[in-house]
Amino acid sequence: MLQPPADRPFVPPPAVAAPEVDPMRTVPFRVTGLHVDNEDTFTLELAPPPGHQLAPFKPGQFNMLYVFGVGEVPISISGDPDLHGTLVHTTREVGAVTRAMRGLQIGDAIGVRGPFGSSWPVEAAEGRDVVLIAGGIGLPPLRPALYHVLARRERYGRVVLLYGARTPEDLMFPEELAKPGARCSTSRCTSPSTAPPATGGATSASSRPRQARADRPAPHGRDDLRPGGHDPLRLHGARAPRRQPAGHLRLARAQHEVRRRPVRPLPAGPHLVCRDGPVFSYDQVERMLDHGEV
Amino acid sequence: MAVRRLEAAALDALFGALRRRGYTLVGPTLHDGAIVYDELERADQLPIGWTEVQDAGHYRVVPRDDDARFGFTVGPTAWKRYLHPPALRLWRAERDAEGGFAVLDEPHDPPKVAFIGVRPCDVAAIAIQDRVFTGGAHVDPDYQARRERAFVVAVNCTEPGGTCFCASMGTGPEAREGYDLALTEILEPGRNGQRAEPTYLLEVGSERGESLLAELGGRPARDDEVADGRRRLEEAGGRMGRTLDTRGLAEALRRSLDNSRWDEPAARCLACGNCTLACPTCFCNTVEDTTDLTGAFAERTRRWDSCFTLDLSYIHGGPVRVSMKSRYRQWATHKLGTWMEQFGTSGCVGCGRCITWCPAAIDLTEEVAAIAASAQARATRRQARVAPSPEPGKGVGDAAAAR
Repeated sequence: MLQPPADRPFVPPPAVAAPEVDPMRTVPFRVTGLHVDNEDTFTLELAPPPGHQLAPFKPGQFNMLYVFGVGEVPISISGDPDLHGTLVHTTREVGAVTRAMRGLQIGDAIGVRGPFGSSWPVEAAEGRDVVLIAGGIGLPPLRPALYHVLARRERYGRVVLLYGARTPEDLMFPEELAKPGARCSTSRCTSPSTAPPATGGATSASSRPRQARADRPAPHGRDDLRPGGHDPLRLHGARAPRRQPAGHLRLARAQHEVRRRPVRPLPAGPHLVCRDGPVFSYDQVERMLDHGEV
Repeated sequence: MAVRRLEAAALDALFGALRRRGYTLVGPTLHDGAIVYDELERADQLPIGWTEVQDAGHYRVVPRDDDARFGFTVGPTAWKRYLHPPALRLWRAERDAEGGFAVLDEPHDPPKVAFIGVRPCDVAAIAIQDRVFTGGAHVDPDYQARRERAFVVAVNCTEPGGTCFCASMGTGPEAREGYDLALTEILEPGRNGQRAEPTYLLEVGSERGESLLAELGGRPARDDEVADGRRRLEEAGGRMGRTLDTRGLAEALRRSLDNSRWDEPAARCLACGNCTLACPTCFCNTVEDTTDLTGAFAERTRRWDSCFTLDLSYIHGGPVRVSMKSRYRQWATHKLGTWMEQFGTSGCVGCGRCITWCPAAIDLTEEVAAIAASAQARATRRQARVAPSPEPGKGVGDAAAAR
């Protein structure tokens, strides 16, 4: 059979440790905590059933969350990877499943399978400065990396979070960002049209957003390769790595494809996005960014 | 292991030996005007004396003038149907009184199936799907169970079909590995108006296969018989209905995402997905959740999907691949290009099903050859532009100085 090109050899993914684990089988967890983050965003804390060992996860990975009788969606883990025993997911209500998820009460069951996907290169970044860039709902998938880095603060150089949102209300986890010890250089949090003046202090930073669009992302084209978060930062976030070849970015699309291809993700360009993603190095996806509809 | 020579009656013995070992037999049979794979009880259910004529968008079964059992190539079914079924229940769940639910285990206990008459291209296709479903970090337990229980009787090809190009893809016309037993059907011209009965050369590919030998009869093949079989297979390699030059193809496709030549197949493509369903390696699927009327029972089914549907690339906000061009391009560049980066082999085995079963007669070999030629022409033009100037020493610097 034909072999892969010599310059880009095939590297088989690591073999599974326990093949008897069915990756398609969901496990009913219980909701142990509920937190409304803002108008359409909420955080769930989940505990595994008795006798079920919660699998450790790496920052950036996600789980498939199933609401009984409604459906299943991929959601990034937003909790601390060093805290075992509880799973934390922060979700925005965008469709039927996430709406049903928001209706769950403490004690209700929710199906979980995972964790899946690639992760932020937190170990490879040791000894270096770390810049994390997110916008709006893009912060929760990045938060585990931040937890990881801050728990090992001495191993890193400067750590900077660039974070902004369309409105101050859209800023995630304001209490944590305002925690004592975090040196916040806050600038305005703006949306060109509707934003009330920023309250200040809550954000570590915001970009100077370009024209932010209030509509949904375009149905095709480059927007399908957006890093997590909103438009202005999406642009800055995606372009910054051009000058910083070590950059990594998270493709929101990856997780959505997992929904239908949870074990063998469907292909996008050269990547199987939920096997190889959602976190990609910039050079992995650079050629995809230059083409629409890949 | 020495090659053995069998009479046609040995097929009955083979069927019996496999059935005694608990295998369900699946093989080619004539049904609704096509040669499809289905459960077989006896060897006389094979399409004896039939062949098929294939071309782009064209398939007809026609009678032969001999009694060949395997005198055809491949029809619309692919073996993936028996390893990665078109619909498979993954689990069931039941709501309980405390607001929770229990997931009921779905047993992965498929029957033992013997595949009779797997063509070399399809033997290669099974090996490719093995990599897809069991080669990574997440093993598909259902596929794995089915695969472990499958017995593969390969049949080498001495008569390639009109859309075959396995020789180009390096998968045929002879199966080299991945089978338990391999047959080569030998037909001599009929004598005295008698219809010729085939004989077989048998090669063993596994211990499982070897354990059947005592029940199959026959005798060791003579050297001249083995040489005759080799010669027939070599000749078959030169009689492929289609060819595809794969040198540099993956790279050419990688560079050709914006090539306007994609517009041509896109203008004809109906997005019906026939090519992906007939393809022996295409693996895209979706899951479907259903609930009963009481709301107390739910279950999930995995179904084949196709990259030609809008739904496959749908994310909130809309589908990623909207244009027909992007969907055809995705399929072709994945199959022949990026598949290698993902799984270490091409995704195409040259079986020709996508060509035959395309209602618009789109020919993959023709389309990618045109794309590759166009990419080559572009590269040549680019080289011509940067070629050294005819007057050595008259570089940019000199020109600037002259100004």
